[in-house]
Amino acid sequence: MKKQNEKIFTILALIVLGVLVYLAENNLDAYKLRILNLGAIYATLGVSLNLIYGFTGQFSLGHAGFMAIGAYVTALLVLPPYYKEMIFILEPLVWPFTVMHTPFIVALFLSGLFAAIAALLIGLPVLRLKGDYLGIATLGFAEIIRIIANNIPQVTNGALGIKGIPEFTNLWWTIGVAVFTIYIIKGLISSSYGRALMAIRENEIAAEVIGVNLTYHKVMSFTISAFFAGVAGGLFACLLTTIDPKAFMFVMTFNILIVVVLGGLGSITGTVLAAFLFNYSLEYLRPIEAGFNIGPIIIPAIPGLRMVTFSALLLIVILYKQKGLLGGVEFSWKGLFRFIHKIFSNEKSSEGSSK
Amino acid sequence: MELVMELLNVDNITMKFGGLTAVSNFKLKVVPGELIGLIGPNGAGKTTVFNIITGIYTPTINQIYFQSQNITGIKPDKIAKAGIARTFQNIRLLENLTVIDNVMVGFHLHLQSNLVSAILRLPGYAREEESIYHKSMELLEKVELEKYKLEKAGSLPYGQQRKLEIVRALATGPKLLLLDEPAAGMNPQETKELMSFIQKIQNDFDLTIFLIEHDMKVVMGICRRILVMDYGVTIAEGNPLEIQNNPEVIKAYLGVDANDA
Repeated sequence: MKKQNEKIFTILALIVLGVLVYLAENNLDAYKLRILNLGAIYATLGVSLNLIYGFTGQFSLGHAGFMAIGAYVTALLVLPPYYKEMIFILEPLVWPFTVMHTPFIVALFLSGLFAAIAALLIGLPVLRLKGDYLGIATLGFAEIIRIIANNIPQVTNGALGIKGIPEFTNLWWTIGVAVFTIYIIKGLISSSYGRALMAIRENEIAAEVIGVNLTYHKVMSFTISAFFAGVAGGLFACLLTTIDPKAFMFVMTFNILIVVVLGGLGSITGTVLAAFLFNYSLEYLRPIEAGFNIGPIIIPAIPGLRMVTFSALLLIVILYKQKGLLGGVEFSWKGLFRFIHKIFSNEKSSEGSSK
Repeated sequence: MELVMELLNVDNITMKFGGLTAVSNFKLKVVPGELIGLIGPNGAGKTTVFNIITGIYTPTINQIYFQSQNITGIKPDKIAKAGIARTFQNIRLLENLTVIDNVMVGFHLHLQSNLVSAILRLPGYAREEESIYHKSMELLEKVELEKYKLEKAGSLPYGQQRKLEIVRALATGPKLLLLDEPAAGMNPQETKELMSFIQKIQNDFDLTIFLIEHDMKVVMGICRRILVMDYGVTIAEGNPLEIQNNPEVIKAYLGVDANDA
């Protein structure tokens, strides 16, 4: 298959995706749209975590922190000044935030930028650590961000959180950001820089002696990953319309981690698929919390049962499919056509044999 | 001889790990185009010398100069960029990457394009990537690995993995190549091929080679100068004939009963 053709197919697929988004926006109810929006935001988060964990091999648990930074930045920037004055009842909002008011897209970009700056500052010292130690340090960072958010009411309105954020987020934004994230991260990992990142994952010492600058590449990967987590945080704030520090507890990072592991470390296609599957099944499993009967056995309503079920499902996947749902297979037009061709020729040969 | 500027000058270095002196007063001057061997019993400190030269360890005492530039305490990736490449005793390939990617990573340190143009695949980067691909294929053809280019490096047979590691080192464009036991685990036929391969790449790439080897046939066959280490101390230096007849070496390396053999 020629490169030119692949480009045409990609553009066609994007147009089809656009039509689907248009149809969804106009026909689906708010509940279904919410699930799709969350799916797309998780796809962005998952792909960005996959960059640092799946491709660079650095176990980072700081995503909730970067999301929180993005969410607060967006919330403070898109809310009109008079409204901000009204809701900050614990302490009045400090100066630059009182007058700042930007369009949604600028707010999203700045969300990413602030998250990236935080990642740069934290990454330089912390990325010297390896494995679990790095995980714990980044987890600590995310907790610090959350606790700071709780304790500077002049900026974050403390534990009360920020309410009444305009609901700018729709499928156009969430899918658009997800597509953009995939485009950038796919471009990065299939470039020479991406090979260097994967070399670090495979063998740090080998990577270093063939000239890969460990610090530069790790921090670069971490910063880009955080940028998209920040943008996703902004989308998240404008989807829920209300944020408070509790929304960015460790569970948030853990959810993203589930998506990445479920989809397969180092597989973008798998991550996207898992992101939607995760959000859909969380909703689909909701009825089991209401209590049900299995024959004579009566199961009472247990809140949280769907999380237990989900954890069990996750265990099964991890036990029997360590490489994730797709087993590390990445989508490509070439692969798709080969697959279609295989099915087609199989049908032909089976038809032939039946005669 | 004095007019020739040395490529590498290891100036009397000592490496201590806590109370243990792994290497003491090691000195070596390497002139461009040499093929030097380093031998010695297990635990003599040979690999430590390699780790010091490639910047994985910083020597406790004294300095190392490469092309008259002090490289002591510089990070391994900068040393690779300066022109020293190496292989490892226990092969360190990027096992889950393809064979071709393993070689292409070696060219990364000379990449001119910046991150943005690489992500967006701007024409300048696309040209560079294309040329890296072709250069990598040429290198793979030299060791007849081109047919495995899309296989995972970890799935190659042992001998091929050794070759691939050497090719990856060559991709960084070194002036000095350090080979840590290249013949380990090879049968006599493979070893023979390896010897001619080492001599071939030395000519083709205008290299200076410094190798550690246990296989005496290899060392005596291709090295014109040999260093012998024992317990971190250099006990002898000379041409193969001198080394073979050095009583000190026979005692340390081949055992006391070597005369009977």
